[in-house]
Amino acid sequence: MTTTDAVRPGLSASELAAVRADFPLLGRTVRGGRPLVYLDSAATSQKPNVVLEAEVDFYEQRNAAVHRGAHQLAEEATEAYEGAREAVAAFVGADTDEIVWTPGATAAINLVAYAFGNATAGRGGAAAERFRLAPGDEIVVTEAEHHANLVPWQELCARTGAVLRWLGVTDEGRIDLSNLDEVITERTRVVAFGHVSNVTGAVAPVAELVAAARRVGACTVLDACQSVPNLPVDLHALGVDFAAFSGHKMLGPTGVGALYGRRELLEAMPPVTTGGSMVEIVTMEATTYAPPPQRFEAGTQPVAQAVGMGVAAQWLGELGMEAVAAHERALAAELVTIAEIPGVRVVGPADAQDRLAVVSFVVDGVHAHDVGQVLDDRGIAVRVGHHCAQPLHRRFGVAATARASASVYTTVEEIAAFREALGGVRAFFGADR
Amino acid sequence: MSALEQMYQQVILDHAKHPVGRGLADVPEGHLAGESHQVNPTCGDEVTLRVDVQPGAGGPRVAAVSWEGQGCSISQASTSVMTELVTGRDVAEVERLDAYFHDLMSSRGKGLTEDEALDELGDATAFTGVSQYPARIKCALLGWAALKDSLARSGALAG
Repeated sequence: MTTTDAVRPGLSASELAAVRADFPLLGRTVRGGRPLVYLDSAATSQKPNVVLEAEVDFYEQRNAAVHRGAHQLAEEATEAYEGAREAVAAFVGADTDEIVWTPGATAAINLVAYAFGNATAGRGGAAAERFRLAPGDEIVVTEAEHHANLVPWQELCARTGAVLRWLGVTDEGRIDLSNLDEVITERTRVVAFGHVSNVTGAVAPVAELVAAARRVGACTVLDACQSVPNLPVDLHALGVDFAAFSGHKMLGPTGVGALYGRRELLEAMPPVTTGGSMVEIVTMEATTYAPPPQRFEAGTQPVAQAVGMGVAAQWLGELGMEAVAAHERALAAELVTIAEIPGVRVVGPADAQDRLAVVSFVVDGVHAHDVGQVLDDRGIAVRVGHHCAQPLHRRFGVAATARASASVYTTVEEIAAFREALGGVRAFFGADR
Repeated sequence: MSALEQMYQQVILDHAKHPVGRGLADVPEGHLAGESHQVNPTCGDEVTLRVDVQPGAGGPRVAAVSWEGQGCSISQASTSVMTELVTGRDVAEVERLDAYFHDLMSSRGKGLTEDEALDELGDATAFTGVSQYPARIKCALLGWAALKDSLARSGALAG
């Protein structure tokens, strides 16, 4: 039997126990000996031993500058670094040379935005024509975006004279497609959107948005930070032009992320950060640039972190992303039941369809910070605030929400403990009277 | 008492529910007026605070403080307690209270040892428990930052 991975419903109790045993941090206690219930994985995930060990092993056994040096360590370091690229590419359905290492997803999105800006300033020659913006060109985002997929585009518009437009969000927290044809038009050059909202957990209608962008020849940029750790993601099948995701949200280290770009686009794109390692011939007068992905990897890269990210991708791949996604669906179904607690309102889809186990909520009469504090006292870690999505919070008329988010190591029992603690919050503040 | 109960003392919960000085008030003619808007960018808490300073031979005096804002119980209660504490006090005294409160917030839950400071801060010593939580200290200081900035804008602070 080789098909069990594809059909099994999720993680069995023993599989989940084995998964949890791989994450040393999950064993610690907080706030006077309480077991940790970590429900902040959408902010950053915890790391399995294999990732921690991969970084240590790299520094203990292989540390050297990559892509240079005629010694054995340099060979081994380069092999580990490029092997990680291959692993990450395979994990997201990309070709190896379509993956550019970046310091994170924010840097990856900024890389694309600045490349458009550089092309608009005349860099990149004839090949970069498709990245040149003119006043009146439009860039489309959505009201649900994380600031990292909004502010870089605002800045690009300010530098180039392009105009920012956006799709709204429905009352249910879904991207509003009702005026899609009015927003994505012949003037649209870029359509940038999140695969999964880091606030509502809603999965975006990628196929519709990609089709609309293609109809008008616009470039698509997918913020895949929340989807890559929790869903099977095949970037070629999704048909997006660019995608960004970070290592630290997918069980890997901080300080590293990846930009996916379709090969022909990366080949045509002018560089952004310039310096060592990304060049061919340098004279005092001029420089020619290396092909992608090296063209976009100037200077010393976070090599040990990239190696760790590669191991994280392999670890998730071996667990099976279909199983991870099924586990995530089960957790999402549990999480949304907090809406049944009197005074608790979920911001975003109320059902468990097309969503991840990321649930933001408000508690009547109690500020999110205070909600988080009471939960923290019970050992339950949630995020409070606007989660780097102020426009989306404004859309729902709230300044701040609390957010519970799960990962592959989260258990149904942890969600139950969270739900029980949340049920006592209003009484603590006398808000139930 | 648990750390949580130390943080959310009854006086804090009461002030959060029934804040003092809420609703911006006009400043009478002849008085100095100053207004400040402060934001905590991590959580979106906001306060707009207006100070009414009465000039006098013995130095300027805070005649009234009024404010509007939204935020967590700590930021709302702290602004409310502060409003009660500083109303009717000389500006010089208010500056001293501000320094005491900042010392209290830097005490990592230990509180202040000086009797004089504790007496002067009164209800504001209820925020001692907040100083154990680094992430919440700025909530407690939001209103105080707005007060200090308002006083500066009113021209009541000695140059």
